[in-house]
Amino acid sequence: MAVRGAATEGAVVRGRVLVVDDDLALAEMLGIVLRNEGLEVAHCADGSEALAIFRESRPDLVLLDVMLPGLDGMEVCRRIRGESGVPIVMLTARTDTVDVVVGLESGADDYVVKPFKPQELIARVRARLRRGDEPAPERLTIGDLEIDVAGHSVRRDGVALSLTPLEFDLLVALARKPWQVFTRELLLEQVWGYRHAGDTRLVNVHVQRLRSKIEHDPERPEIVVTVRGVGYKAGPA
Amino acid sequence: MAARAVARGLAERAGSALRGGSRRLRHLWRASLAFRVVVVTMLLGLLVLSAVGTYLYGSIAQGLVDGRQKIAADDSLVLARDAQRQFDATDKTESVATLTQMATDLAKGYTQNARSERRYVVITRADSNSRPFVIPPVETSSVGLRYIPATLRQAVSTAPGRQHLQVATVTENGDEVSAVIVGQPIEIPVAGTYGIYFIYPMQREREIISLIGQTFLLGGAALIVLIGIIAFVVTRLVADPVRRAARVAERFADGHLGERMRAKGEDDLARLGNSFNAMATSIQQQIAQLENLSRVQQRFVSDVSHELRTPLTTIRMAGELIHDARSSFDPAVARSAELLRGELDRFESLLSDLLEISRFDAGAASLEVEATDLGACVDRVVASLAPLAERRGSTIAVREPPGLVVAEMDSRRIERILRNLVSNAIEHGDGRPIEVSLGSNDSAVAVTVRDHGVGLRPGEAALVFTRFWRADPARARTTGGTGLGLAISLEDARLHAGRLEAWGAPGEGSCFRLTLPRHAEGAIVSSPLPLNPLGAARSDHRLGPASPPRTSPPDPPPGGRAATVGSATAPAAAADRQP
Repeated sequence: MAVRGAATEGAVVRGRVLVVDDDLALAEMLGIVLRNEGLEVAHCADGSEALAIFRESRPDLVLLDVMLPGLDGMEVCRRIRGESGVPIVMLTARTDTVDVVVGLESGADDYVVKPFKPQELIARVRARLRRGDEPAPERLTIGDLEIDVAGHSVRRDGVALSLTPLEFDLLVALARKPWQVFTRELLLEQVWGYRHAGDTRLVNVHVQRLRSKIEHDPERPEIVVTVRGVGYKAGPA
Repeated sequence: MAARAVARGLAERAGSALRGGSRRLRHLWRASLAFRVVVVTMLLGLLVLSAVGTYLYGSIAQGLVDGRQKIAADDSLVLARDAQRQFDATDKTESVATLTQMATDLAKGYTQNARSERRYVVITRADSNSRPFVIPPVETSSVGLRYIPATLRQAVSTAPGRQHLQVATVTENGDEVSAVIVGQPIEIPVAGTYGIYFIYPMQREREIISLIGQTFLLGGAALIVLIGIIAFVVTRLVADPVRRAARVAERFADGHLGERMRAKGEDDLARLGNSFNAMATSIQQQIAQLENLSRVQQRFVSDVSHELRTPLTTIRMAGELIHDARSSFDPAVARSAELLRGELDRFESLLSDLLEISRFDAGAASLEVEATDLGACVDRVVASLAPLAERRGSTIAVREPPGLVVAEMDSRRIERILRNLVSNAIEHGDGRPIEVSLGSNDSAVAVTVRDHGVGLRPGEAALVFTRFWRADPARARTTGGTGLGLAISLEDARLHAGRLEAWGAPGEGSCFRLTLPRHAEGAIVSSPLPLNPLGAARSDHRLGPASPPRTSPPDPPPGGRAATVGSATAPAAAADRQP
């Protein structure tokens, strides 16, 4: 079998991926595909062991099945998010609105619906891992926040706010072009790495989460402002 | 007689009330069983009562008159004999004056003026008496000679020796009243044959008869009303439970399956209630059973679809891996890898369509409406399907009216409908041009997708939305549709309270029309585009190929709309898009 080079698509992305899935065939297949891309893969088949293996393997990204024996995917997601901002991509067989939204609200950055094509999965994984590729030193301000892009930190009056990498990327994307209104589709492309139409609920849920961390009053946002009928933009500095 | 007239009058009044009768009465007549029964019973009661009353009234009156006549005859006979005896006892040589005085005295003596029993007397010469010795006629009051009928006088003079009796009308104190008049001849010495007449006015009889008449009328009226009330009560006794039953049945039909009738006792109504309740219970059980069955089935379809997804993901990834490496296989294996991947695509879309259908069946599908430009949706769909159309040799022409065609819709679902319609047109269009038209009016927006392929046979237009239906089982499927596309589209349209309709004729191609209400809660008054394009298409042939096809709105346009549509076709003809 011809091994597909990791260099075939974009920059080389290295990292360790933890696959949490009880379906052994799928987990093994995921392992093959991810290793082909040059990633390291750890595996866990039981929700209740997932957290221990997560701590032990310290992955750069978690692929998490929603339906798991022991502890369900949402709960595992919540617990991992409780101690780390590591990117989490959910694997779900159900596309029903409720499932997706609950998954996102429990802290997942993105989700992939089964059955997916390997390229699709790889694209998402890459998009979530690519960040951290030695960004140039850059300082941005949005509202009363100061962003140190290279240092991955957001401060208000010198106090650091804790954002997940995805929330950080979202904020940076808005802050870099404060004059531009971003449609949800554009944000999906820039932050999540979707090349085709994706689920705009992803954007909605993560904007809500971001606001709850950075806004003074999340009900009346001033930093990430909604432009009705279009999308979002950075609020006036 | 009077009673009959009264009855007729009443019936007429009732009749005219009904005839002239307002719509309300007619409505009451149709709507209220009680009203109908009461009216019919009262009319029938009136008929019977007036017949009986008339008969009774008549025979009582006759009896009274007969009695009076008999009394009068007896009475007058005694008096006449007495008068004859008195005259017989006189001298044969009395003067006229004496005889006249005597007759007057006699008549006065016989006259009675009591309130209840009155009797007037007249003595006058018989018509046949021609003796020269004349006693002038004797009267005892104004009720006298002029009321004696000529026929009676004649009878008295021609048939002497017996009583003659007649009933005639007399005027007594200015009051007309029937009277029995009895006449009898008497022989007066020297003067010859005279008639003595006794007039008995039937004042009392008249009063009795009118009293009886009034009593009959009052009693009859009271009886009719009573009959009406009884009919009403009885009807209500029957109709009320029936009404209650109707209400229960209506509520049952509205889906309140727990509704039951009250069934007390053992009468017919109770039996009706019991059988209704038994039926309701049986229906409820069967519906519950069917619902359960259908739920189990939907759940099964949904579960199967979900359970298939995980292994399909593994197969799919393995397939992709093998497909990517096919260059290193020998040709047969490489081709197999391609087939494997192609069929996996099909399998996957079939699975997701099944899931979508099961979601509709379970009622779990929800709308996320937003005011959206239908034109933009159409453009996106046409752009994404243009490569496929090109492979099949079809061009897709889009005709849009100027400006936006905005409606509240779930754009994901609408685009799915449009994708299904357009790819369907490509598949069945035989490589001929496909036309997509947009239109709007006050209440609705519409899209038609027209192809010029083999078309539909009669009756097939209704079948195209059936799940897994194929126009011709022998025809090869080339674009790999799942057979669920149009069924899902129909459900999507229904979810929007919109319409999805199909038209087709053999050899003429087919046309699908999607009509959506402009506002999510609005209703569609009429579709802005015609479903059947044939009329317009024929006129096109006559106009020649150079002129662009016109789409005329089905309802007469108010002023400018025809121009709008007309002008819209010109740029559209140039805008045959081939992205």
